[in-house]
Amino acid sequence: MLNEKAKLNTKMFDPEVEQVPIRKGFGEGLLLAGEKNKNVVGLCADLTESTQMHMFARKFPERFVQVGVAEQNLVTVASGMAAMGKIPFTSSYAMFSPGRNWEQIRTTIAYNDRKVVIVGSHAGISVGPDGGTHQAIEDIALMRVIPNMTVLSPCDAIEAKKATMAAAETKEPVYIRLAREKTPIMTTEETPFEIGKAQIFFAPPMNAQVGIVATGALVHRAILAAKKFATKGISIKVLNVHTIKPIDTEAIIKLAKEAGAIVSVEEHQIIGGLGSAIAETLVANYPVPQEFIGVRNKFGQSGLPDELIEHYEMGAAHIEEAVERVLKRKK
Amino acid sequence: MLTLDENKKQWMERKANEIRQSIVESLMEAGSGHSAGPLGMADIFTALFFHILRHDPTNPSWEERDRLVLSNGHIAPVLYATMAHAGYLPVEELKTLRKFGSKLQGHPHREYLPALENSSGPLGSGLSQAVGMCLADRIDRGKHSGRQFYALMSDGELDEGNSWEGAMLANKERLQNLTAIVDRNNIQIEGYTEDIMPLEPLKDKWEAFGWHVQVIDGHNFEAIVNAFGQAQAEFSKPSVILANTIPGKGVSFMERHYEWHGKPPNETQGVEALKELRTLGGKIKSEHE
Repeated sequence: MLNEKAKLNTKMFDPEVEQVPIRKGFGEGLLLAGEKNKNVVGLCADLTESTQMHMFARKFPERFVQVGVAEQNLVTVASGMAAMGKIPFTSSYAMFSPGRNWEQIRTTIAYNDRKVVIVGSHAGISVGPDGGTHQAIEDIALMRVIPNMTVLSPCDAIEAKKATMAAAETKEPVYIRLAREKTPIMTTEETPFEIGKAQIFFAPPMNAQVGIVATGALVHRAILAAKKFATKGISIKVLNVHTIKPIDTEAIIKLAKEAGAIVSVEEHQIIGGLGSAIAETLVANYPVPQEFIGVRNKFGQSGLPDELIEHYEMGAAHIEEAVERVLKRKK
Repeated sequence: MLTLDENKKQWMERKANEIRQSIVESLMEAGSGHSAGPLGMADIFTALFFHILRHDPTNPSWEERDRLVLSNGHIAPVLYATMAHAGYLPVEELKTLRKFGSKLQGHPHREYLPALENSSGPLGSGLSQAVGMCLADRIDRGKHSGRQFYALMSDGELDEGNSWEGAMLANKERLQNLTAIVDRNNIQIEGYTEDIMPLEPLKDKWEAFGWHVQVIDGHNFEAIVNAFGQAQAEFSKPSVILANTIPGKGVSFMERHYEWHGKPPNETQGVEALKELRTLGGKIKSEHE
């Protein structure tokens, strides 16, 4: 039922599936981007290892800038480096960058038209024990509202590596959202990746009755939910959206036309995130019922990642319930 | 080393006076904007664009140019007026300041005026951008690249933490090709800096942050040129010039009054200001009398 064209990891349903933190893919991707282009530089705000920039920093110390715990400086210095032809990647936790330095990103990077790649790690509630202060569940909204900004949200470490390498090649600034926890590997090196192009990951042979549109680590839970429906003879397709902006309007409309109902799934506030982007697309083009999986106007708290995903109603069972609800709403 | 002869000094004094007139004219036409800061900085801008900067107004994207980052974007009228007098745009175009479709946005935006190095307005981020430029330059060319990097800042924006974050990194990286200029005019939008948020002892602060510090009279061309020369000759650390200026300089009813931070002269006030600038109390005979 996995979409063959996407060349996905066939072992993703295996309980022993390989699990890797998404942020690790960024670290590997940055190293590759740095090897490919000498203008790639890295800047970090005292979180080099936990954002996985340390591999780049070790290999290219002369192209790495440690700015200390100073996220406003992080992005404004990056803007200056971009003005001189560099391709800066900045990394911190998403709660601090873009959480703390949003205006500097808006003015000195986006408005100023300086190509910088802003990497926000530890996004989502699955950050876990650190608690609500460190769980960025507003960052997609913050970044997608800025003109001239591309927003990427990879679903696993391999996709994060590709997203990082692709981000080095764009003309416009990019935000990459990364999760801290180990995430099942769903894609393979062969899975195509193009910024702005969403992909169907799970597709039963018959026409879809509901389309799930998901981003980030929760794509795996969305696929598990869809698979469960498939065993009951209900056809649910899952669309992986790694590019939240520019949203793949064509793929979303196509899925809405086929399925007639949509469930959006994201580890983010339902206000302003992927679900909102999809709703904007559907309402303007092809309105169908939509249910939203995400955090509902609340802050996070300490706990184990899985525990928190369940508490904030983003687990596979919650996705199934949302599918049931939207099925009933279909005309 | 930068030097300045008497002829050039007098020429620049006249040029600064013309630029002040252009500032007043553009603000009158705009009907909004900042008066005090631009008038106070006219001498330093004149010295930069006509004596200190390595630049080519006919080729703004010249790779070898020095980089000038304006951090406190609200003094845009002096930047625009100086650039116009230097040949980046027609002086006549200054009358489009703050108008729809103008290259001269209320706060500088390089999308509309590509000769600018940066877009600015929100305070506290310019020094860090200049730090980033300087760092990138050092990666490419080493310590003696031949290019100088300037960040023009206001004293009020030293309230911003981002300013000091940039200052710390410049010290850490020993950015010898970086010079910050602080417009020490003692006012900000709601009052005097020392009432709103005390900055003194400002020289000590910068020294404690590891910078080479000079305090100068920001209206004395010899002092200005000498300070930039000293800054360029400093080979171990970044330099900051704390330029004591008089906000509203040249227009007596504006001088030192914080109320003129953020408003333009009306028609009557503008005419009076221009009259005073054109005669300048008889001190300088304008060529355009």
